[in-house]
Amino acid sequence: MASAHSTFEFSLNRVAAMVRRYWYLLISSWPRLLDLVYWPTVQMLMWGFLQTYVASNSGYFANAAGVFIGAVLLWDILFRGQLGFSISFLEEMWARNLGNLMMSPLRPAEFISALMIMSIVRLSIGMIPVTFLAIAFFGFNLWSMGLALAAFFVNLILTSWTIGIFVAGLLLRNGMGAESMAWTIMFLFLPLTCVYYPVAVLPHWLQYVAWSLPPTYVFEGMRALLIDHVFRSDLMLEALAFNVVLFGGAVFAFLKLLESARTQGSLLQGAD
Amino acid sequence: MGSCARGLALPVAEDQIWAIMDASSAIPAIAVENLVKRYKAATAVDGISFRLPAGTVTGLLGGNGAGKTTTIAMIMGLVAPTAGTVSVLGAQMPKQRYRVLHRMNFESPYVDMPMRLTVRQNLSVFAQLYAVRDAAGRIANLAADLDLTEFLDRPAGKLSAGQKTRVSLAKSLLNRPDVLLLDEPTASLDPDTADWVRARLERYRAETGATILLASHNMNEVERLCERVIIMKKGRIEDDDTPARLLARYGRETLEEVFLDVARGRDREAAS
Repeated sequence: MASAHSTFEFSLNRVAAMVRRYWYLLISSWPRLLDLVYWPTVQMLMWGFLQTYVASNSGYFANAAGVFIGAVLLWDILFRGQLGFSISFLEEMWARNLGNLMMSPLRPAEFISALMIMSIVRLSIGMIPVTFLAIAFFGFNLWSMGLALAAFFVNLILTSWTIGIFVAGLLLRNGMGAESMAWTIMFLFLPLTCVYYPVAVLPHWLQYVAWSLPPTYVFEGMRALLIDHVFRSDLMLEALAFNVVLFGGAVFAFLKLLESARTQGSLLQGAD
Repeated sequence: MGSCARGLALPVAEDQIWAIMDASSAIPAIAVENLVKRYKAATAVDGISFRLPAGTVTGLLGGNGAGKTTTIAMIMGLVAPTAGTVSVLGAQMPKQRYRVLHRMNFESPYVDMPMRLTVRQNLSVFAQLYAVRDAAGRIANLAADLDLTEFLDRPAGKLSAGQKTRVSLAKSLLNRPDVLLLDEPTASLDPDTADWVRARLERYRAETGATILLASHNMNEVERLCERVIIMKKGRIEDDDTPARLLARYGRETLEEVFLDVARGRDREAAS
């Protein structure tokens, strides 16, 4: 009996229950659905037109067709992936539902898994239409990257979940006072992971920081693919290694912050 | 007063009930030993102990800040004790909580159901989390029993306070819990609805033999439902007995008078 109800038990049924709960939430509000597509579309259009303008005045950028649009689309995978994770978690705090969940048989691993699935669902709703708009407006086909896109996606979504898990831990521990972290933490990655420029642009000392962040490898890999037409599997493997370590660290931090939240009594005070 | 005999129509005399309690059955439904909870400078619960045999209904009384909610939160495993132990159905909380969480449930004004989901969606998600068999049938039965059928497809946020309380009660009964924790279950309800909720709780206890711990400010509620009353003040247990014995000891006609004696620091002799 005890082993059947251990901390390490994992139930797909409970994960499905949570995914169903978030799906109901998503489809109950058309403005929220629209919001998923709106901002990625605006970003893609802005950077696409900028790329068109710059390419017409620069031989380098004419050769590097699609670098800006590719960068913004991959950045959105990273950013929207984390936001999709964090918003689903925040929904529980806004609804004051955490007490119900934490007292149910739902395990932390199942909760995190449901949030990861929802981040992909939300990302897909927002990003897939935008990738087709990029083809229509600028002739840039993200899907033509094929296996490289799969490698980019895996690494970016892993990083987004890592950040999402860490932020969820902070929210559990510190309540809604930490909400702004969910919206802003990823912007720290925007300059450091060299989304729109090569790592070589950074000061030498800052390059060490950049190379410790998995998305840097992805954006460098994307530029290698689009400019030099070379798929850098070595970069992808290094990114994956960093991601595995950071993901493990984030899960550990989440569990510690959850334990601390139990000690501080903040699980019943989500709105503080 | 004979409150418990009047309210619950128990098959044994009140003295016999107390004898059963004193016998400290092999595995009490809830056992609290020297429980302490400190938050930095404040002591919310200060060394309390009690054992609740299976199948009993106990009232936890106390003014604001007496430590009732913190005590219940520690029993649920949502808050970790600073010192002492809590066990529920033989499992240490919060460490072994997953052994028993599927056999427990709770209702509290400090948590809500997600507002944009319909009542049916909310209940079906929790039914899946608790692995309730024939969830649709169970929800239909509870809805009929708690007079919720006409609200099942309405968003939870569109319900009145009384209707929301009934939905929370339905959620707390979904998994037919062996241990039911209720934190002010009739707060903010009109007298008619509150009386109606009490009747449902009485019936649930009579049908299932569940153990119920009820924190309340409503003395009529406690007199009607509970065969034992624990009175807390400033984190400590000030008194612990059957309603009839408390009334006799303090020389009072109602539990409210007893409560006021305790709250205002009048000892038993002075009160009588």
